[in-house]
Amino acid sequence: MSSATALSWFARHELRLAWREWLAMMTGGRRKRRRAAAVGLVVFAALLHLPAWAVVGRFADLRLPLDKSSLIVVSSTILLAWALMLSQAIESVTRVFYARADLDLIMSSPAKLTNLFSIRIGAIALTVTTMALLLSTPFVDVLVIGGGARWLAAFGVVVAMGLSAAALAIAITILLFRLIGPARTRFVAQVLAAIIGAGFVIALQIAAIVSYGTLSRFAVLTSDAAAAHAPGVDSLLWWPARAVLGDGEALLLLLAFGLVLLGSVMAAFSSRFADTAIDAAAQGARSRRSVRERGFRAGSRPQALRRKEFMLLWRDPWLISQTMMQLLYLVPPALLLWRSFAESSAALVLITPVIVMAAGQLAGGLAWLAISGEDAPDLAATAPLPASRVIRAKVEVVLIAIAAIFAPLVAALAFASPLQAAITAGAILVGAACATAIQLWFRVQAKRSQFRRRQTSSRLATFAEAFSSIGWAATAALLLVLPVAGLVSGAITASLVAATWKFSPRRA
Amino acid sequence: MRTGRNPCRTAEFAATEFTVPKYLRVMVAGDAKPDGVAVMRPDSSALEVRGLTKRFDRLAVDSLDLAVRGGEFYALVGPNGAGKTTTLRMIAGLLRPDAGTVSIFGIDALAEPVAAKQVMAWVSDEPMIYDKLTPIEYLEFVAGLWGIDPKASEPAAQELLSSLGLAPHRHERCEGFSKGMRQKVALAGALVHDPRLIILDEPLTGLDAVSARHVKGLLASRVHAGCTVIMTTHILEVAERMADRIGVIAAGHLIAEGTLTELRQQNGRTDTSLEDLFIALVDLEAAAA
Repeated sequence: MSSATALSWFARHELRLAWREWLAMMTGGRRKRRRAAAVGLVVFAALLHLPAWAVVGRFADLRLPLDKSSLIVVSSTILLAWALMLSQAIESVTRVFYARADLDLIMSSPAKLTNLFSIRIGAIALTVTTMALLLSTPFVDVLVIGGGARWLAAFGVVVAMGLSAAALAIAITILLFRLIGPARTRFVAQVLAAIIGAGFVIALQIAAIVSYGTLSRFAVLTSDAAAAHAPGVDSLLWWPARAVLGDGEALLLLLAFGLVLLGSVMAAFSSRFADTAIDAAAQGARSRRSVRERGFRAGSRPQALRRKEFMLLWRDPWLISQTMMQLLYLVPPALLLWRSFAESSAALVLITPVIVMAAGQLAGGLAWLAISGEDAPDLAATAPLPASRVIRAKVEVVLIAIAAIFAPLVAALAFASPLQAAITAGAILVGAACATAIQLWFRVQAKRSQFRRRQTSSRLATFAEAFSSIGWAATAALLLVLPVAGLVSGAITASLVAATWKFSPRRA
Repeated sequence: MRTGRNPCRTAEFAATEFTVPKYLRVMVAGDAKPDGVAVMRPDSSALEVRGLTKRFDRLAVDSLDLAVRGGEFYALVGPNGAGKTTTLRMIAGLLRPDAGTVSIFGIDALAEPVAAKQVMAWVSDEPMIYDKLTPIEYLEFVAGLWGIDPKASEPAAQELLSSLGLAPHRHERCEGFSKGMRQKVALAGALVHDPRLIILDEPLTGLDAVSARHVKGLLASRVHAGCTVIMTTHILEVAERMADRIGVIAAGHLIAEGTLTELRQQNGRTDTSLEDLFIALVDLEAAAA
């Protein structure tokens, strides 16, 4: 087999792996679900056009040349999308390093490793770019329908963004390996991906709160102060915005930049990719020591279960990164709360849905880890206590963890508005309980390490959990401003949760 | 020529070949167990299975009758798909049988599962432990789950880890452990609450010779102390050497049972290995089917 043939064969192999991983994620690894997944995807893409219209529809008439404010808004939107792509790319690269089990085969083959790993880097870039193209299509569609074919150039910008995000993600991950070692890289990369994904939005919100006492990001972007500090309209900084609007020269330069960046990363890092991947694989063989000489603790059986669950949650890297991200999202409302102590602000109401939403989402994740993600199901099943006691102890752990995380915020809120604090606390409790109940009704025994695929085990549970969190967040907010509407929203959300129970396999 | 005599019943065995944990030696000597439970008298019934049936796509276990005496080492052998694991999972309370009864030390395991689980332990071929816990933390959790007094469970845990060669790793998280080390942690977990009946499904799968010897030694010492063991294995030499009685299962029902000598006599082969006997029995069963 010639070198070129071997490389094209390996490229096909990589693409096939990427395709099957994606398919498994969409179908939960069940072949029978393929048609349903395809239909669901098409429906989802069609539905996505509605929020896309709401978000970017008003920009469809934009034409070059743009004023500074418009350039800032468009560029910021592009930067936000790029930050999310980078976050996704870091996650993908980390997964390739830690999860692929074919390293021994590749390393022992007579093929040139630099070439093989260049292809693997290229496959990562292609995967990230394809995902970005898929997700951006509804938005670009809306712009093309509303503003004409010139907006098709946006696809080119997405490709350039995907290539550069993948290149940067690979460089960041390999540098992290070199700087802090494989043991810490996995955790740090997860946190970094979360912070990059959320950081830009949060930074804008913090700027908006500090400057204008609102959570609206556009208040900052369209302000005179931002326009005054921004570079001139001819600056290189605006090229992505110009490319999106159909400037062919800017688009070609962006694409060239993306390709050169990816090529440079391939040239610089493909030789180190192998070492890094081997280090990552070897990392699993080393154990962390937790020196502890204290004696066994006395207590009841449920206490032993709760202690174990808390210990496992505390040591779960995914949970730590997700909790940090949730806490990061809570920084802007906390800041708003702090400012509102001095001056009464209507914006204070916005804190409640943010907190309730975060609590619901976190409770869902925690509940999955505690209830479904049981690594020793046989041990729990053969223990001399009823299954209901085991489940009760796990649910208690979820609710205690949620209470511990959100109690300080609710307590702070109580100083500003006791009524709002009471409603927020109630909504947190109901939202967390509903998310936990949904996980309980749809529980499927799995390993904790399968957390990333938890959404694929039941689409109904995933959507119900999301709608429940949104519903209780909306209910709490409406109860504060329009109690009757709040009651209606609460009734609708409760009905939705009840309907979910009706369709759950546990009831059947 | 081999005899049906169990090597772990000899006096030399406990003293020389394997180390019997100190607290078990006390129990063997007739004292109460650390948690106050009286030592099981040999020869009383430990496990009685009657008409056990389970059907999946096909009949996996077919009206199985089985009786294991207290203090006995019972090996259940059979070809792949014979129903060994399904039988043990039903006894351990992990699977609900379609029909039949399971009695553990006189306790109806289907009517009173919690009481039955209190006196037994289950170890599968795939060690299920928590990656993020250390062995000592795992044992503390298991002892807590069985409601064992820490004053008794802690020294037992330390001794178990020492006897299984895990003492140097007791404060390391299990995530980096080999299959053999994980299996030993799982076994220590099964023994830390001092069960009267130990159910093991292929506990030696994937273990190296040294680890396998550790495990066999520990099981032998438990039997020596009066504990009952029922174990499935594909390693017929282990069944031949360690078991008091051997049950051969095929197509979901018991086709032969007894000591090695009895099995030989039943088949008219007085000087043959268990492997030859097993193959002959299974072939016969296949031909009859």
